[in-house]
Parts: sequence; structure tokens; C-alpha cells
Amino acid sequence: MTQATLPIDSQAVVESAKNRQEPDWMTALRSKALELAATLELPKLEKTRIDRWNLSSFGTYRKPEDLTSAADLPEPAKSLLNTDNLLVQRNSGRVFASLAPELAQQGVIFTDLETAVREHGALVQNYFMKAVDMGENLLTALHAAAWSGGVFLYVPKNVTVEVPLQALFLTDDAAASFSPHVLVVAEANSSVTYVDNYLSADNGGEALVQNGVVEVFAASGASIRYASVHHLGKNVTDLTYRRAVLENDAKIEWVVGELNAGNTMSDTTTLLKGNGSNADVKVICVGTDEQKLNLTTRNIHIGKSSESDMITRAVMRDEATAIINGITKIEKGATKANGQQTEKVLMLSPKARGDANPILLIDEDDVKAGHAASVGQVNAEQVFYMMSRGITREEATRLIIYGFLAPVVSEIPIERLEEQLQHLVERKLGQ
Amino acid sequence: MSSAPKLTIEGLRATIEGKEILKGLNLEIKGGEVHAIMGPNGTGKSTLASTLMGHPKYEVTDGAVTLDGEDVLEMAVDERARAGLFLAMQYPSEITGVTNADFLRSAINARRGEGNEISLIKFIRLMEGKMKDLEMNPEFMHRYLNEGFSGGEKKRNEILQMLVLEPRLVILDEIDSGLDIDALRIVANGVNAMRSPERGFLIITHYQRLLNYITPDFVHVMMQGRIVKSGGPELAQRLENEGYDWVKEELGIVDETVGQEDEFKVPMNTTAPRY
Repeated sequence: MTQATLPIDSQAVVESAKNRQEPDWMTALRSKALELAATLELPKLEKTRIDRWNLSSFGTYRKPEDLTSAADLPEPAKSLLNTDNLLVQRNSGRVFASLAPELAQQGVIFTDLETAVREHGALVQNYFMKAVDMGENLLTALHAAAWSGGVFLYVPKNVTVEVPLQALFLTDDAAASFSPHVLVVAEANSSVTYVDNYLSADNGGEALVQNGVVEVFAASGASIRYASVHHLGKNVTDLTYRRAVLENDAKIEWVVGELNAGNTMSDTTTLLKGNGSNADVKVICVGTDEQKLNLTTRNIHIGKSSESDMITRAVMRDEATAIINGITKIEKGATKANGQQTEKVLMLSPKARGDANPILLIDEDDVKAGHAASVGQVNAEQVFYMMSRGITREEATRLIIYGFLAPVVSEIPIERLEEQLQHLVERKLGQ
Repeated sequence: MSSAPKLTIEGLRATIEGKEILKGLNLEIKGGEVHAIMGPNGTGKSTLASTLMGHPKYEVTDGAVTLDGEDVLEMAVDERARAGLFLAMQYPSEITGVTNADFLRSAINARRGEGNEISLIKFIRLMEGKMKDLEMNPEFMHRYLNEGFSGGEKKRNEILQMLVLEPRLVILDEIDSGLDIDALRIVANGVNAMRSPERGFLIITHYQRLLNYITPDFVHVMMQGRIVKSGGPELAQRLENEGYDWVKEELGIVDETVGQEDEFKVPMNTTAPRY
């Protein structure tokens, strides 16, 4: 019985999904994913033994209590965001959702994915698990089987959403499953900014796996800004697949802050399918203690004249280890494509480790591609220069670290998020 | 701290990577005085500047440096700065992501101490005023520290820091190199505006040119890691006219350089590549 080895209870997954009155196609999909899961393995990650990570506890679905007002949100959530156009998931499911009436009138849908599956089933079915294949590996199959809560954001054709839509994913109960699925669909020539936060409150130190998937579909000429900040606690292992598919002239800007305290695997991939599509990916990461991080950003060019740029900056402290992979793939026929990437790692302690692996895979001649990677320590000459102006060593180091992260942090589309990220980095570095 | 400063250097010896560069240097600089140190390349001038500021690459092996009787060599680099020492560097670092404004505000606040930070308005006014004096584009305030600055812009930025931080003892290390005549004039005006009985200057230069704009009280010639000759402004003039050979002859010095025995020499019998 291979089923017995799965870290989730198959029967309970299907039962609880049925109890939530989801349509049959979704329950059938879950069952199929469970069958697949029994045959699949963990992903093979570059220089990272993910099989040694604590992946035993995925929790089980627990129905959360709906909140009547934002005032009832748990403490760490309150300080983060304003409460307009906000969706909050606590543990397994949604507890709070608000959307401005004028956006709803324009046809914008912003709700949890479970509700969307019930109310906009056909729409969701077109996209769900289409950018990420559930058969890719054990984690994607487990996600497809056991996801709950999540976000569905739909922006109709030609609609521009001016204000950012925000989501908050909070875990404070290690027995409850925490595997949200975020699905964003932007129709032709629409535009939207979406920002989310993943955080954990004290749950007594029990281990838990966040097994999340993000799928983004940008139709012709659509423009999406997607910012995501993860600051989950030490006991949470964070596994996230983010995938975007861009049609002609569509554009995505990713801003990702990997500020967890526990082991983290993330894979942020954009498929530049359409001609003239454009992807801009910015990732910052701070590793502390004995954290292990494996971060991949990947841009796959299929469309002609498609352009991509990715920047990753990682600061490693203590005995933290980061494997940073940047992959630019240009397929045959993607003429005039331009793919650029930079990965930089700053090491603050002799026991910290960082590997930057820039990878260019190019099957077309008429393209531009470039990469730069560096791994280094705080530059002694720069510290001397700053100290020679009276700045203390600690402050000089702090300024240099923030300067190192600035190309990402200062580009964040929302000022409050920028401040928040700055604050989180500061807290994580303990300075 | 507003009294006239006194910097005393006695028998200073310093090494880099085990090579001795400063070989017993003596000098005293008091408030109101402008000292110029001149000398050919490789005689230890810049080593002196870096050693006084506490650059980690240089190790002091003997001698003493005091500022108002306080042991400078015991102080960390930032403590030296807060005691009033300032070094305008020949090759200032470029620091990505840190704006000029962030950097200077941190530097000012480091002097003022916690609870006494400069207000943003005051800071901006201060910067705008000083930048105008130096004919700097105000946009430079928001650029990353020295990143992509031309040689001349970096030098002006060093002088800007001097004007803003108001140090008590200023060391200018080859501040004139790479400057055109207009920039040289602007930089010299900045320095002259700072001359006061409460401030001393040590100007390290290769050329007499800068001293046409900043008249020194004392001129010293450095060779072989020590000061070998001192005089007034007329000494600089004579060096400009006659070079250094007469000094070497007078003192019986054959090779004026120090610590350069391993220097790479261009092989003379090769042909230059054709482009």
C-alpha cells in the first residue's frame, strides 16, 4: 500500500471537500491527484536534500470561524494592512473578505478559491492546475489534492484596478492544513496589483508544511504586479510554486520577499508565451540560523521579442545556506528575445553559505541574454569609508546591507509594503 | 571641542603586508595651519593619510599620533572621525543602494548622537546650500554614493562631506588629481572657506598647481617614508620649477621611493599591439 506513505489522510481530504459542497469535478480532481501522489517523488532540487527536511506534517482541514469585522483579526495581521480589498485566510480557510463595491460592479472577482469554485466553477476550471501540472512531483500532487482556502482574483477585459488587492495567509494552528492556492486571471488589456503576506503566529512550536501554489494567467496586453512576502516562523517549512503564463504583450512584475525563519523552497517561473510579453522578477531573501533555502527563478521565452529580467539578492547570516538558481530559457523561434538575470549573495558570517547559479539555456540565435552572479562578504573598504565619516561599524554594515537589497526593496510598488519589508528585514537581521 | 586642535605625529612607522612604508615620520599640525606634503610617487604620502585615518590594511609598528593629547592610534576609525579627523580620499568607495543623502545624514547624526538627530528640513537646507557652493547638481543627493560619479564628481563629493561634517583636522589626499581647472578652483574655494583658527589642514599633493589656490603655511617634502625637507610656500614654488632632483642631490638620496622593490616593470623590448 503506497497510499500509507502519503503525509496526508486521503480519505479525510476527499470527505471534507465533499462536505464543503464543492462541485464534483474538483473532488474528482483531488482523488486523481491522490492517486498520482502515490506514484510520485519529491522534486530533485539543486544541491538541496529536501528529502531530509521535516515534511511529515501537512495538517488536516479545519473549518475556521468567520470574522465579522477586521477588528477581530489576530494581532500580527492588524499591523500589516488596511482592510479595504482584503482577504484573510487563517489556517485552512477564509475568515475575512472585502472588496470595494465599485470593483465588484466592474466585474472584478476577489474571493477565496473555495467560494469561487462553487460560484464561478466553469471559470476556475479553465485555469486551475493548468500552469502547474499536478503530476509534476509529489508536492504539486499533494497540493492539488489537499489545497483549501486560497484566492481567486479575476479582472475582466479592459478593467484597470487602481488600488492594490491584498491577501493575508496566517497559520496559528499546526494541526490545521495550510495549503492555499492563489489563482489570478487577468483578461485582455486589464491591469491589477496584488499583494500577499504569509505569516505565522505562535502555535506551540509544532512542525507544519505550507504547500502552496500560485497560478497567474495574463491575457493579451494584461499587466499584473504580484508582490508576495513570506515571513513564516521557524517551525513552518515553506514550499511554494509560482507560475505565470503571459500571452501577447502581457506583462508581469514579481516582487518576492523570502523572509521565513524555517526551511524554504520556492520556484517562481514565468512562461513568456506571447510575442512581446515581458517579465520582471525581483526576489530578496534573508537567511538566518541554520535555515536552508532553495530559490529558483525561471523565465521561459517562447514568444518573439519577449523580454525578461530577474534580480535576486540574498543576505545570509549565521549558518544559513542558500542555493539560488536563475534560469533563462529561450526556445527555438523566440527571435529577438532578451533575457537578463543577476543573482547576488552577501554573506555576513564565515559559516553562512550561498551558491548563485546563473543558467542560460538558449536554442535560438537571434536573441540577447546576459547574466551576472556574485557571492561575497561585506566589503572592508566600504566599511572603512563609512567609518571614516564617524559612522559606527554596525551602522555602516547595516547601510551596506540595505544598499545591497535596495535594487529590489526600493522598486516595491506600494510604499507601505516597502516599509513593511524594510522592517521585516531589519527584524530578521536583528539590527 | 571648539578650541584649536593639535595633531602630533612622532616617529610613526607603518607597514603594509609586512613592508615598511612609513619610516619614522614626525609632524605637528595646529589649528589655523595649512601643511602641504609633496613628493614624487611611491614615497609614502598616501600611506600617511590612510594610516592616520586607521585603514585596516596598514599596521602601525612604532611611534605615536595624538590629537589634543588623546591617543589616536588607540581609537577605532569612527572614533577618530568623531574626534574631528577627516580624510578626503583619493579613491572613495562606491556603495550601491546607499544614497548620498542617507550616508551624509547617518554621518551627521553619528556626530550629534542619539536623541539629537538633525531634522530632515535642516538637513536638506544644509545640503542644498553646500551643494550650491560646490556647483553640484542637487540631484547628486539622491544618487547612490559615488556610484557612476566621474573622478571630478567624486572629489567634489568628498569636499561636500568635509563642508557638511565640519571636521577639526582635515587631510586631503591628492584631492587635485583628475580635476580640471574649474573644478580645482571650486574645490579650493571650498577648502579656503573652511580655513579657521579652529581647523588644521594636511594637503597631500603631487603637483604645486593646487597650492596656487590654497596657500600653505608649511611645505614638506616626503621621500623614503619620512619628511626630508620642510619650508614655506616658496619651497613648493621651487619644486614646481626645478623638480625633486636637487632635493635628492642635497640629501644624497638615490631612490626616493619606499616599499616598491617588487613593482612590475613593463618589458621594454616588446611591440605594442596594433588596433
